[in-house]
Amino acid sequence: MSVRILPGTRGGVGESVRRVDGVPKVKGAFQFASDLWAEGMLWGYTLRSPHPHARIRAVEISAALTDPGVHAVLLAADVPGKKTYGLEFSDQPVLAWDRVRYAGEPVAVLAAADLETARRATERIRVDYDVLPAVTDMGEALRPDAPRVHDFGNVLRHIRIEHGDPGAPADVWVEGYYETGMQDQASLGPEAGLAIPADDGGVDLYVATQWLHVDRMQIAPCLNLPEEKVRLYLAGVGGAFGAREDVSMQVHACLLALRTRRPVKMVYSREESFYGHVHRHPSRIWMRHGARRDGTLVNVYARILMDGGAYASSSAAVIGNASTFATGPYEVPNALIEGTCVYTNNPPCGAMRGFGAVQVCFAYEAQMDKLARALGMDPVEIRLKNALGTGSVLPTGQVITGSAPVREVIRRCAAIPLPEEPAASRGGDPCSYPGGAGNVSRGEGLRRGMGFAIGFKNIAYSEGFDDSAEVRVKLFAGPAGPVAEVHSAAAEVGQGIHTVLTQIVRTGLGVEHVLLHPPDTQVGSAGSTSASRQTMMSGGAAQLACAVVREELCARVRRRAEAEGRALRGEITLEGGAVLAGNAPVGRVEEFLEMPIECVRTYHHRRTQPLDARGQGDVHVALAFAAQRAVVEVDEELGLVRVVQVATAQDVGRAINPQNVAGQIEGGTAQGLGLALMEEIQLQDGQIRNASFTDYLIPTILDMPPVISVLVEEPEPGVPFGAKGVGEPSTVVSTAAIVAALRDATGRELNRVPVRPDDLIGLSPPVASPGPPPSPDVPGPEPIPKRAGLAAGQADLMRGD
Amino acid sequence: MEVLLPRTLEEALEIKAARPEAVPIAGGTDLMVELNFDRRRPALMVDVSRLPELREWRRENGTVFLGAGVTFTRIIRELPEFVPLVQASRTVGSPQIRNRGTVGGNLGTASPAGDALPVLAAYDAEIVLAAAGGRRRALPWHQFLVGPKRHAAAPDELILGARWGIVRGPGSFSKVGPRNAMVIAVASLCLVMDEGARAFRVALGSVGPTILRAPEAEAFAVRALADAGAWDDPRASLSPPALQEFGERVAAAARPIDDVRGTAAYRRHACAVLARRALAWAFEDRRSTSRSS
Ligand SMILES: Cc1cc2nc3c(=O)[nH]c(=O)nc-3n(C[C@H](O)[C@H](O)[C@H](O)COP(=O)(O)OP(=O)(O)OC[C@H]3O[C@@H](n4cnc5c(N)ncnc54)[C@H](O)[C@@H]3O)c2cc1C
Repeated sequence: MSVRILPGTRGGVGESVRRVDGVPKVKGAFQFASDLWAEGMLWGYTLRSPHPHARIRAVEISAALTDPGVHAVLLAADVPGKKTYGLEFSDQPVLAWDRVRYAGEPVAVLAAADLETARRATERIRVDYDVLPAVTDMGEALRPDAPRVHDFGNVLRHIRIEHGDPGAPADVWVEGYYETGMQDQASLGPEAGLAIPADDGGVDLYVATQWLHVDRMQIAPCLNLPEEKVRLYLAGVGGAFGAREDVSMQVHACLLALRTRRPVKMVYSREESFYGHVHRHPSRIWMRHGARRDGTLVNVYARILMDGGAYASSSAAVIGNASTFATGPYEVPNALIEGTCVYTNNPPCGAMRGFGAVQVCFAYEAQMDKLARALGMDPVEIRLKNALGTGSVLPTGQVITGSAPVREVIRRCAAIPLPEEPAASRGGDPCSYPGGAGNVSRGEGLRRGMGFAIGFKNIAYSEGFDDSAEVRVKLFAGPAGPVAEVHSAAAEVGQGIHTVLTQIVRTGLGVEHVLLHPPDTQVGSAGSTSASRQTMMSGGAAQLACAVVREELCARVRRRAEAEGRALRGEITLEGGAVLAGNAPVGRVEEFLEMPIECVRTYHHRRTQPLDARGQGDVHVALAFAAQRAVVEVDEELGLVRVVQVATAQDVGRAINPQNVAGQIEGGTAQGLGLALMEEIQLQDGQIRNASFTDYLIPTILDMPPVISVLVEEPEPGVPFGAKGVGEPSTVVSTAAIVAALRDATGRELNRVPVRPDDLIGLSPPVASPGPPPSPDVPGPEPIPKRAGLAAGQADLMRGD
Repeated sequence: MEVLLPRTLEEALEIKAARPEAVPIAGGTDLMVELNFDRRRPALMVDVSRLPELREWRRENGTVFLGAGVTFTRIIRELPEFVPLVQASRTVGSPQIRNRGTVGGNLGTASPAGDALPVLAAYDAEIVLAAAGGRRRALPWHQFLVGPKRHAAAPDELILGARWGIVRGPGSFSKVGPRNAMVIAVASLCLVMDEGARAFRVALGSVGPTILRAPEAEAFAVRALADAGAWDDPRASLSPPALQEFGERVAAAARPIDDVRGTAAYRRHACAVLARRALAWAFEDRRSTSRSS
């Protein structure tokens, strides 16, 4: 029996519905995690290591405890359960014992009556450190005599992908070396949460996170509590971008709450936030591209080195992405790709929007431009010539079965009109020149440049992960008609999943009034709000659940008709709260809802495989593509930049909410622009030198150009509505596109991002290649994945769900 | 922490006399950052933001007095004829910061990156200080700014404001930073052309321990203009090589360092470019005002 939903329901799929959280956020009424408050609550504070590598000889806490405002000071010995946690490998101490491995690592936590008391008391904790030699350079980390960050060695993961004949000859070769700096997610909301001890010995934690259930999976064993006694609720999230995938203050706040039997709130300051979450991996990338004279790619050699910092976080998956995407969205018959992620005594790196795909895109797109120049080809033409499509084979041997409108995004992007050439004098407004509000130009030394880049990104988790999502949908009679309630643990981090869920439920049930149950762990895992996956995964679960609810409603309609001896003719349809059979009204929806209809469904994406020893496997679920063209103006004397326009076409499968998609593209572009021009955590001997928004610069509105976006809608088969995720592809490509435009404007090599003014005026030379590092696949320490195996991380996850 | 809220200048000065450790707070846009970062924990603060004497500005026979409590937003609105000062004020932070931040606070912080400071230096301003009992003194800007984040006011004094002689002639302020707004200067420059005194004054920010002037370059420009007979000819300019040399001489006055915001080499280079442009703009602006008047 089928039920058709007529397209009459307002606010459904495909409409630019206003965000459900939009008005409160604009008005400042939205409660973020840092606004949490409870009667009698204490404030937690963290003591962090000042050293990148040291042995802890002793910790003396008595002086901190003398203040009557201090309620507890906890050390590693006070952790009642497991002493470590981690997303993929449990290698990160809740509180360091014995050794600290990065500057900023938590050593003690303290709870006090107020934040100031907590801060001051923390200063009175005395830690006796025996400073050890540190390894803070990713290249050095591979040397056999380098200090070991962990006893098993410094190789976090090594991947080798052999494809076709890596010795295949080519007519033309281009070579390049590229570096990317450590970027910060720079969410405006710092890490924050409130833990409240419960009467059953458990704890309720309100926290800003990306994935409630994976937090709980890591928290509960540390607290030595069963998972059902650790209940998580999503607090208002002020941005995430990957930084909230890892646990930060979660375990600490719970430990303090359980110890003091008082609610404990923790909020990081901006400075602490730089130490308290993972960053984007800095990278060093060597590439060699070989092509035939006609521009056809023949062979690619890529060697990628990434700095994972002191703990694993999601590094194994990041280097997996970087390696499998190293050749870009191009058909490459032969390739040898080696990716290595190392441990160092730098702050840990992990997830950030683009997740490994950003760094390699910067490299492979520079290579494609080099190749085009060597062959005298147009940059757009060479990309069209080699573009992937459905049926193409990736270096991992994976055959693309889904939609892959790569040529379409290239063509549509290239067709967007260029910005007009500006008038010589721009009405005297300095903001229309590079340097902006600084008033440094009246148009002197201006050069325009244009750059083009394409890139791609996987949707959802790869390499055999089953990151399923559960949703509960309930349809009941409200005072003013039928109401649908949707309960999902999916974290709204600003990207719009809550709005998307209400749209999907409206379309699924033909009911306009949709309520969102606050996200918590009382419903099953939604998986992470990352990897551009929530619309596909939680959206998919909502769609499945709605279908079941609809079937039940329909069955009730038929049962009642039978009981009343009426025959229903035609298909049963729901429209604007009414039930129709054929064209005949049968009644209002709520008349069939004396008992609510409720259904829980879980959506699984198609199965993928781990990489085998030769780097082969069907590893990615689905791929999304984007093309961007950037136009920049460079003040060639001062090395300052104004990005004039970004034009982009993005493969979105299907836009559930076009305005929201445009918003994601603009935000993602801003983050890519930041990496291109200014964003870098500057490290010196493992210490962050710019842990503040004074010196870690992110783009302002005066740095952002207008973004003209075209959505290419070629539905992905087998996924709900054919919708692909849209959060990341723009970030993947915009750094590459902007730097390509800078190269065009200046004629300089610019092989490192962020590009500095010095680089643009030739005051500093391009970074020199130290040469590809030795492949660590030689006798020596076993990389972690060989010891534990990605599958081990997966097993943990499955158990956790 | 104690915070006192005096209503008059005299009350405030008496507080400072009795308790010189009291830290003045005006807009708080520097001080509150220090407190938040836990770099300072003053036991006593005295709020000077409501003192009427500090919030005024006025002309007095050929000079202008700018009260320490005048905000950057007010400067932009109320003092449009002081072009470099307005340009500098526009580059400060964001609208919120300009609404709170004051010239007195900029002087009190005495950072080499304070954007109002190169302008005051190029105006050859003096800083007016006040102490209880009607004691007043004025220090030339270079005696007031004595080092990075160090100034010469005594512990019992408050900054009353700045005073300088009104100059006839064009001028500009520019600031370089790796972001197009809301950025701390990597290098900044103020140039003032004093047609009455036939002088140039150039001041540099963020390229030394404190604000620097470039006397050599100033003298060079004066000479070059005299040689070209251009002081009396509002349409005259200097040749590109002369502009170039001026830039290089200004850069030679810089004493920059490498830090997290930029390299010394870039800072010095930027000084040369900004100086060359500022001088060219001065001639451009002189030409256009002479045409319009
Ligand atoms: C986001 C942000 C952006 C910024 N951007 C810029 C910028 O672009 N350019 C720039 O120059 N600055 C910038 N600043 C710094 C700051 O805004 C300026 O230095 C401003 O001029 C400080 O003025 P205030 O009134 O807020 O000073 P306060 O913070 O109140 O005081 C600063 C110092 O001056 C002392 N003080 C204040 N008034 C007196 C007085 N009457 N007598 C004696 N001492 C006094 C105080 O004790 C304190 O030491 C920025 C700050 C922030 C937070």
